[in-house]
Amino acid sequence: MTDRVTPPSPAAGNNDPERTSTGSISTGSISTELHAAAHHVGRRVHTAPTLGQSVWLVASREIIVRLRSKAFLISTGILLLISVASVVVGGIAGQNATLPKVAVVGNAAMVVDQTQAFDTIAVDTQAAAEALVRDGTVTAAVVPAEGDSSPLDVTVIALDTPPTEVLTALSVSPALQLLEQGAPNGGLAYLVAIGFGLVFLMSAVTFGSTIAQSVVEEKQTRIVEILMSTISVRALLAGKVLGNSIMAFGQIVAIGLLVSLGMAVTGQQALLGDVGPAIIWFGVFFAFGFVLLAALYAATASMVSRQEDVGSATAPVMVLVMIPYFLVIFFNDNPAVLAVMSYIPFSAPVGMPMRIFLDSALWWEPLVSLAILLVSTGIVIVLGARIYANSLLRMGARVPLREALKR
Amino acid sequence: MLDIRGVSKSYGARQVLSDVNFTVADGRMTGFVGANGAGKTTTMRIILGVLTADAGTVLIDGTPVTASDRRRFGYMPEERGLYPKMKVAEQLVYLARLHGLSPASAQRNTTDLLDQLGLGERRNDLVEALSLGNQQRAQIAAALVHDPEFLVLDEPFSGLDPIAVETVMTVLAGYAAGGAPVLFSSHQLDIVERLCDDLVIIGDGSIRAAGSREQLREDHTSPRFEIQTLGDAGWMRDLPGIDVVDFDGGWAVFEAETDAASQHVLAQAVSRGPVTAFTRQRPSLATIFKEVVQ
Repeated sequence: MTDRVTPPSPAAGNNDPERTSTGSISTGSISTELHAAAHHVGRRVHTAPTLGQSVWLVASREIIVRLRSKAFLISTGILLLISVASVVVGGIAGQNATLPKVAVVGNAAMVVDQTQAFDTIAVDTQAAAEALVRDGTVTAAVVPAEGDSSPLDVTVIALDTPPTEVLTALSVSPALQLLEQGAPNGGLAYLVAIGFGLVFLMSAVTFGSTIAQSVVEEKQTRIVEILMSTISVRALLAGKVLGNSIMAFGQIVAIGLLVSLGMAVTGQQALLGDVGPAIIWFGVFFAFGFVLLAALYAATASMVSRQEDVGSATAPVMVLVMIPYFLVIFFNDNPAVLAVMSYIPFSAPVGMPMRIFLDSALWWEPLVSLAILLVSTGIVIVLGARIYANSLLRMGARVPLREALKR
Repeated sequence: MLDIRGVSKSYGARQVLSDVNFTVADGRMTGFVGANGAGKTTTMRIILGVLTADAGTVLIDGTPVTASDRRRFGYMPEERGLYPKMKVAEQLVYLARLHGLSPASAQRNTTDLLDQLGLGERRNDLVEALSLGNQQRAQIAAALVHDPEFLVLDEPFSGLDPIAVETVMTVLAGYAAGGAPVLFSSHQLDIVERLCDDLVIIGDGSIRAAGSREQLREDHTSPRFEIQTLGDAGWMRDLPGIDVVDFDGGWAVFEAETDAASQHVLAQAVSRGPVTAFTRQRPSLATIFKEVVQ
């Protein structure tokens, strides 16, 4: 290819003699002689951006547009606020949990204080303690034992039923050995399940529909033809998926950090220790799981030409996103369902962290599941790119899947 | 130079293009005309690589065009479109950068081009806030912002007011004068007639005529002349080899069997008195177009 110099573009200014001489076209046609004279002008080499540069240009446009959208900023703010609020409220509620009140007399106070399980009111006599029990101020009274009838040095006085909490706390238990490590308690597991499920659902739906709308916007406004004539369809799709995945992942990381910080600040370190690894795995799985979903959203959306049709076109993907949410909420205490969930690419981002939290996953299981997720993401991207490329220029009616998939 | 060689395309059973061949020479404004559905848009999409041809190739200076070559094209698709919610200048810079320009030259080209197209004051407006005519100008800017070396413009004049048409004509002519091959389609045959150097006429997916505008006209010109004299033109009817088609006082239209016969009429007329006009009647593009396509 010969060395090229740029043609005098419109941007080259008005002092170009050739341009000035063509100013007469408004009154007649341009003479061919002029062109013959201009013919020798060469052209410049355009340095084509690499695939990576094209992808990044598209991705950064997606990100900038998103960051400028008020709707996006507000909804992200609300989501972050809810996450922090739920941790803080949970922490405060945990701290305020009232200890059972007991009245203590004399030496019994020492025994009771050792347990640190009670809110104690010291009274002078057993009669005063019984009065407090009768009027309901305290759950029970603990008084020094009379005689040798009790192995402990104290007697517990209650109104009409044995105060189980108090008795348990004061009892001496034999040594205990569990053959298998038990799961964290059911209530907490349920909350964590809702947390993972909800965050996954919200982020996937928010950014999934964003990418779907962005695809159809380009199709509907027809700018897609200019884009296709400039960069490859693959670069366009990759840029959109990358841009939105970065945003989604950023949101997840922000939520994860805020929740962890919230737990640390409100004194729930023990809980953080349990949930922390699961949160990290959730982030890792989400990063790849979302790329898969984003490719699906982009591909399905590209088959329609109007924003009104985006909802129905992407409905199947929406179902894929919602199923793990409901499964993890209903079956978070069912190891078999969770085990299956943790290996299916669509539900693994929720299922595997849940199992990690419940300590029911062996060390290699997240890695295998991640590998499955990566492979399926790769396959979906290839198929998605094909659907996308085949559908972009087809305006009007929805493109049938069979035609969209053909080579 | 842009060569379209033996390009065919069909959608299912419907053949849209069959063996399309033509050349867009450097520095030539090439008009591409044809009825709706004749295959203009499909041809342009194939040149730009937005569609792939079933057969045939597109060559730049004799070499098949590659994906990276296509960044050197300025393309204005028939279906207009820009991001409605992006600012005009920002959008042009983005498109320029996608074509491989540095941020600085993308900025510079955008500013210069917007000024030249009379959109300088609208640079920070959202595209959706522009009037239709201004959106069209922005669209043209989008095709030119990366200093393209080849222009392929599908109906660049549709939707423009007469002043904008002149502006765009000047800009395009400037590109051609700089040595760029310019291919543009238009239904406004009067504009094509004024602007183009070469002409490609397509009908039902095949090229019906291609060549320089002058040559095409020459080929379709009948030996018909128009003359305006001050005296009465009735005497012409008696000349040999002359068939007067129409006359009115000193004005007449006649067909001559030979060039010599027509010159004889002129000589006779001059000897009889002043001649104010003597022209060969040439068919308009619209006439040629109808003739060629039917």
